[in-house]
Amino acid sequence: MTRYVLRRLALSVVTLFLLVTIVFLIVNVFPDDPGRRIAGPFAPQETVDLLNERLGADDPLPVQYGRLLRSTVTFDFGDSFQFSRPVGDLLWAALLRSAKLVALGLFLTIPISIAAGVFAARRRNTSADRSVVTLGLASSSIPDFVSGVTLQYIIGVKLGLLPVLAVPPRGAGPLEELEYLLLPAFAIVVVYFGYIARMTRAGTIQALDADYTRTAVMKGLSTRRVLSRHVLRNALQPTVSVIGTSVGYLFGGLVALELIFNYPGLGSLIYTAASRKDIPLLSAAVILVGIIYMVFTLIADLIIAWMNPRARLEAAGS
Amino acid sequence: MNIPLPDPASAAAVVDEQAEVAAHDELILAGTPVGTKTFDTRAERRQARKERLQLLIRRPGFIVGVLILAVWIVCAIGGYRITPYDPINDFARPNLPPGSGGHILGTDQLGRDVLSRVMAGARDVLIAAPIAAVISVAFGSLFGLLMGYYRGWLDDVLSRIIEALLSIPVILVALLITTVLGSSRLVVVGTVALLFTPIVTRTIRAAVLAEAQLDYVTSAKLRGESGFFIMTREIMPNITGTMVVELTVRIGYAVFTMATLSFLGAGIQPPSPDWGLTISETYRLIQSGQWWPTLFPALAIASLVIATNLVADSIEAVVTT
Repeated sequence: MTRYVLRRLALSVVTLFLLVTIVFLIVNVFPDDPGRRIAGPFAPQETVDLLNERLGADDPLPVQYGRLLRSTVTFDFGDSFQFSRPVGDLLWAALLRSAKLVALGLFLTIPISIAAGVFAARRRNTSADRSVVTLGLASSSIPDFVSGVTLQYIIGVKLGLLPVLAVPPRGAGPLEELEYLLLPAFAIVVVYFGYIARMTRAGTIQALDADYTRTAVMKGLSTRRVLSRHVLRNALQPTVSVIGTSVGYLFGGLVALELIFNYPGLGSLIYTAASRKDIPLLSAAVILVGIIYMVFTLIADLIIAWMNPRARLEAAGS
Repeated sequence: MNIPLPDPASAAAVVDEQAEVAAHDELILAGTPVGTKTFDTRAERRQARKERLQLLIRRPGFIVGVLILAVWIVCAIGGYRITPYDPINDFARPNLPPGSGGHILGTDQLGRDVLSRVMAGARDVLIAAPIAAVISVAFGSLFGLLMGYYRGWLDDVLSRIIEALLSIPVILVALLITTVLGSSRLVVVGTVALLFTPIVTRTIRAAVLAEAQLDYVTSAKLRGESGFFIMTREIMPNITGTMVVELTVRIGYAVFTMATLSFLGAGIQPPSPDWGLTISETYRLIQSGQWWPTLFPALAIASLVIATNLVADSIEAVVTT
């Protein structure tokens, strides 16, 4: 197991290094004058030069590249020139708020989707199965902001059941705060239900068809025992994997959804950085999202290795 | 999928494939060469194509998807000629609710006809999304064939780069690129094509890997055929199904991604009636009860992506059986 973890960690470090390199290439592939971009076309050249010097944009490219790599390790990305606050602090605060939304969203999504997936797999090729599959396909193909505005109107405005915006009043208690987060969390359910349910269904079908399941049934075990001890343990491995990837995407990928609900998470910060052309902040956010993704896929892989010794051996051996 | 994938959807497809493969294994044991779908004569090939088409037409999901797509294609081709009003320059009374004053879907905050704008909004995305999807499938197939057939260090290096690219949501990298380069139509199409290429590559590579282990490839190698010949004439005909599925899936995700980009102001610019852009201009009005300028374009986006995915799903089901 230790060997597997070490190998997996080393791979993550390589991936992170490549990610930082890709971000650096995207930002620097075209000649750019960030000082001019910030100060505007009418600012005197001295101001522009001063800005470029402060941003380190006048350093040679290898120096800038080294700085970005170092920043990734220390997580010190300097000050944001839009907010005049350390980029790290801005990201950290937004990250914590995003974590709340992601946690609530997944807390609602995971049980429903797994139940629906197993339900569909056990009734394979019936109309119940087809409904779950089609519903999942439809719901996960709609962009998050589209389902977001629809929920906002139906539940928030028309029925008046929940607050339309995810901005709790100052001094709101945790429960009240939860109420404000419910609508965007429902939008997350709509997007991720399809992915997780379809994945669970595919995994369950495979496990139901496997020899060990047949053996367990022939041994005379109860359906319940076959499902819980033999089928689910194997069937849920792809589900764990897709949840791991989803967490990574949920942290930075909800830019449009957070904007709709006015929620100041990582997505909103990324949107502000993009619309104000704050490229250092934007690059740091992209790298942070990459790190989160790697951490959660790593956790998912470790859970799978724990669930299935075969996966562990294969990964360590190859 | 954005979702996407870098979307979990393609991961889902992989597992679905594994399930299919498992189902096929039994057939192989029974003596049917499933992997080698080579047809000897042209007539047989035509027959097979006809059968697949018949299978497709029998699927209700496919029919519904094609019908919805057809509506939007008519809107995209007809453009301003078939809309009841000019979607950009006709100003009636603003904020008319649906059904009043000759405006079936009402008017927006500037008094423009919502129905006309929804119809005309199909155009940009229906041109841009398929172009981006075709480019990504072309490059993805090229890289996938090279990586899956030759393996070796090239495969290792590119696999790592792909993994790094897929570790961030597509929409984030797209925002980074459009922030650096500015958001013209060309940049948006290029960005989406560039970001979808690694996803396509991964899928095609997996398909090529499976094919390359089969006997017909070995015998072609023993015949002394060149790598180029084996990839284009031997392997490619057997993975066209995967390529077609990948193309339709990518068109759906390209619509998804481009709508999100224009919603974020990083795509098509005003006064275009593009759906994502329109939603970004009007969604704040929902709180005061004016839902029609936002929800009709939202419905349009949803219907287009769902229709594309229904078609993709049906093609996939037919190709893999």
